[in-house]
Amino acid sequence: MHLAIASPTTTWYLVLAALLFALGAVGVLVRRNPLVMFMCIELMLNAVNLTFVALARKLGDIGGQTTVFFVMVVAAAEVVVGLGIIVSILRRRPSATADDIAELKG
Amino acid sequence: MLDLVWLIPALPLAGFLIVLLLGRKLGEPRAGYVATLMTASAFLVTVGVFIDLLSKTAEERSHVHTLFSWIPVGNLKVDLAFLADPLSITMALFVTGIGSLIHLYSIGYMHGDPKFSKFFLYLNLFVFSMLMLVLGENMLVTFLGWEGVGTCSYLLISFWHGRESAATAGKKAFVTNRVGDWGFMVAMFFTFQALGTLSYGPLNEAARNGGIAQSTATMIALMLFVGAVGKSAQLPLYLWLPDAMEGPTPVSALIHAATMVTAGVYLMVRTSPVLAIAAWHWAPWIVAGIGAATALYAALVAVAQNDIKKVLAYSTVSQLGYMFLAVGSGAYVAAIFHMVTHAFFKALLFLGSGSVIHGMNSEQDMRRMGALRKVMPITGFTFIIGWLAIAGVPPFAGFWSKDEILLFAWNKSPILWVVGLVTALLTAYYMTRQVIMVFYGKARWNDHAEENGAHGDVHPHESPVTMLLPLVVLAGLSIVGGAIQLPFSGGTKRLEKWLEPVIETAESPLKTGSEDIKWILAGVAVAIGLIGITAAYMVYSKKKVKAIEPNLLANAWYYDKGVSALMGGPGRKSFDAVAWFDAHIIDGAVNGTGKLVQGVAGIVRKGQSGLVRTYAALIGVGAVVVIAWFVFRGVAQ
Amino acid sequence: MQLFVFVCAAAMILVGAIGVIVRSHPVHAALSLILTLFGVAVLFVAQDAHFLAAVQVIVYAGAIVVLFLFVIMLLGVDKAEALRIDPVKVQRPLAAIVGLGLFGLVAAAIVRSRDSLVVRGRGIDIASGDTGHDSNIRQLANDLFSNHVFAFEVTSVLLVIAVVGTVLLARRPRSGSASDTSAGSK
Repeated sequence: MHLAIASPTTTWYLVLAALLFALGAVGVLVRRNPLVMFMCIELMLNAVNLTFVALARKLGDIGGQTTVFFVMVVAAAEVVVGLGIIVSILRRRPSATADDIAELKG
Repeated sequence: MLDLVWLIPALPLAGFLIVLLLGRKLGEPRAGYVATLMTASAFLVTVGVFIDLLSKTAEERSHVHTLFSWIPVGNLKVDLAFLADPLSITMALFVTGIGSLIHLYSIGYMHGDPKFSKFFLYLNLFVFSMLMLVLGENMLVTFLGWEGVGTCSYLLISFWHGRESAATAGKKAFVTNRVGDWGFMVAMFFTFQALGTLSYGPLNEAARNGGIAQSTATMIALMLFVGAVGKSAQLPLYLWLPDAMEGPTPVSALIHAATMVTAGVYLMVRTSPVLAIAAWHWAPWIVAGIGAATALYAALVAVAQNDIKKVLAYSTVSQLGYMFLAVGSGAYVAAIFHMVTHAFFKALLFLGSGSVIHGMNSEQDMRRMGALRKVMPITGFTFIIGWLAIAGVPPFAGFWSKDEILLFAWNKSPILWVVGLVTALLTAYYMTRQVIMVFYGKARWNDHAEENGAHGDVHPHESPVTMLLPLVVLAGLSIVGGAIQLPFSGGTKRLEKWLEPVIETAESPLKTGSEDIKWILAGVAVAIGLIGITAAYMVYSKKKVKAIEPNLLANAWYYDKGVSALMGGPGRKSFDAVAWFDAHIIDGAVNGTGKLVQGVAGIVRKGQSGLVRTYAALIGVGAVVVIAWFVFRGVAQ
Repeated sequence: MQLFVFVCAAAMILVGAIGVIVRSHPVHAALSLILTLFGVAVLFVAQDAHFLAAVQVIVYAGAIVVLFLFVIMLLGVDKAEALRIDPVKVQRPLAAIVGLGLFGLVAAAIVRSRDSLVVRGRGIDIASGDTGHDSNIRQLANDLFSNHVFAFEVTSVLLVIAVVGTVLLARRPRSGSASDTSAGSK
């Protein structure tokens, strides 16, 4: 194998996580399908997890990983509830997009 | 007793409330008796206060009784307070006295009227307001009464509001008075600005001691005079008074002869130091000039009037002119003297004419009367006494007071004296004319009876006792009323002595030599009076000379028409312009602000798209801004 | 070696993320999401978080994304979305601002503050002869059940609530109104 020129530092991980987070945010804003929007939210959560893990290693604190543990649990619960809501809405209007739920229009 | 001075206005107010609540139950004539009782009680209290004041020395004859602090706002501290001093008690005496007599008279006059109790309600309210006016310790309490009497005047003039002319007359009176009220208010503003108080005591004190700048004092005095011109029916605001004869005759007697119209004179006398001492010395000339001009003007008109009440109305305007002539000439005692005697004989004349009207079944045109002396002896007798008093025949009351005024007019300027003299001639003339047309000559009431819409023959009859009693009392007062101020020597000048503490510094001194000329002037005045009487006798009784009653005078110099044209034409246009300005520019600014907010809100509202994604995007943008702030804050440090 | 792993994983992540955003068909987007999740799992391993990497694959990729696919199939929303233009015109510029702003600012912050990251904890146990193969699990469990036991209990309650809530949310109305029988009851 070739020799590594440089080793990835924590900064690289953090920047990658930031990029992933930004991509997730853009996805939420741009996509109209509710399910895909939800997936983009998962992207953002993953970016956060990555940040925590990288920092846990750098700072030498296992608490970072514990936090990721909890984030995953809560993300799972959130997905369950969110999908339940989406199901109950889309059952009525099968072809609804995020733009169609505009009841708050002033 | 002095502490009970608040009772004087309180009693008529109580009468008002009682008749207001129980009037219908009390019915006729008990409502009338209640009202009369209240006013008479007020008279008794006034007499009590009067006696109390007499027992004090001249300097102490001024008592302020404060009820409560009325308006304590910032620098303005106005109390509801009464001032019991010679001037106010004099006014209160004849207001309550004549008021009681007229209340009694009204019980008979308004017999059978469906709104009987309402009439007495208004009358009592009027007496209350008038007493607040004269007993007020400061301008604002006076103004309260001032407006009150104006309102009651409106209510009472248009009492028979089913009649279009009555309703219009009421409105006319109110609106014209308002113009005068504006003057009063401006005067109050100036007073407050100059002195920080509205009380008469400090005002007069400051005027005497030079505490008010001359221009300010002139402004105050002249603006008060504007108010007086409105209330006391002088040129150019007199035109409501003849129309006010639409009201019932007791109203004309009480309000438009004896009391309300004298409020203007009272105000000028109350603030006499301001006019006489502090103002520019040409200011009293204006007052005297307008007074004299009005006196002559109105006397000329009265010569050609055929309605029994209109003659007396113009006569009132003319006599009020005399009072202002006196004020302008610095003769404040004479003005009050004439006010008192005028109240006696004018009320007598009005009540007498009311008795005639009552007896003639509401006929008011003098051309259809005549020879009523035989049918209504007491009315006739008392009316004649009133006639003699107003014509200035000694020893009746009118002679003494009118003479005093003419003396001071001569003192001020011979021209004013001549005007006064000519007016006296005319007064004697038209009053004699009236007496002849009504009480003497041929009985004309059944001539052309069917033409004039009478139902069958007219049967004039004498009036009931409740109406005759006041006539007799007033006739007595007209005979002896002059005794309060006989000009013979210091001892007999009782009124002057009594009023001294109030007006002495303002009273003009007579020029040297005037004392002697006094008797010559008196003789001239009597002679002129007799000439007037004789002339009328020749024209109307003997019919030796043709009557001069030109249309110009009959229509009161076409003044009414002139005012209507002015107000209807250019006046209307300027009012419309002001109204347009108010509606479009001032209201426009207010409404425009509202519309602007609405417009902006409409634009901003478009941002509420209801789209979740846009909201999320905006949240994201907000987050970016916040992070940027944190990042660059760190950079800056 | 480290670098190679990092680059590969990063590539997986970014390709997957862009795929989620860009693919018009929701099933394709879900598959891209799986790619991203795997990449993240690889990076977890590289950061000595072995247990989490396993959990990531099992829970995230294995359960959550499967759930997504279930719902997509259930509701029949597998139609491709028209991504060419956005009906809300202002949306794309705003999204650009948000994306660039977030990334730029956070990256700047990270780069600036990299020197302030200092060790402050005990350190992560790495599997070796001394500590055993399950050192990461052990350390994680120790921390979880001593420092965060209360949060742990509450989280379990949260899961129950989530399940009960979702059952209630997705229930069909009892009386069966007319609109309900006509709309997608199959």
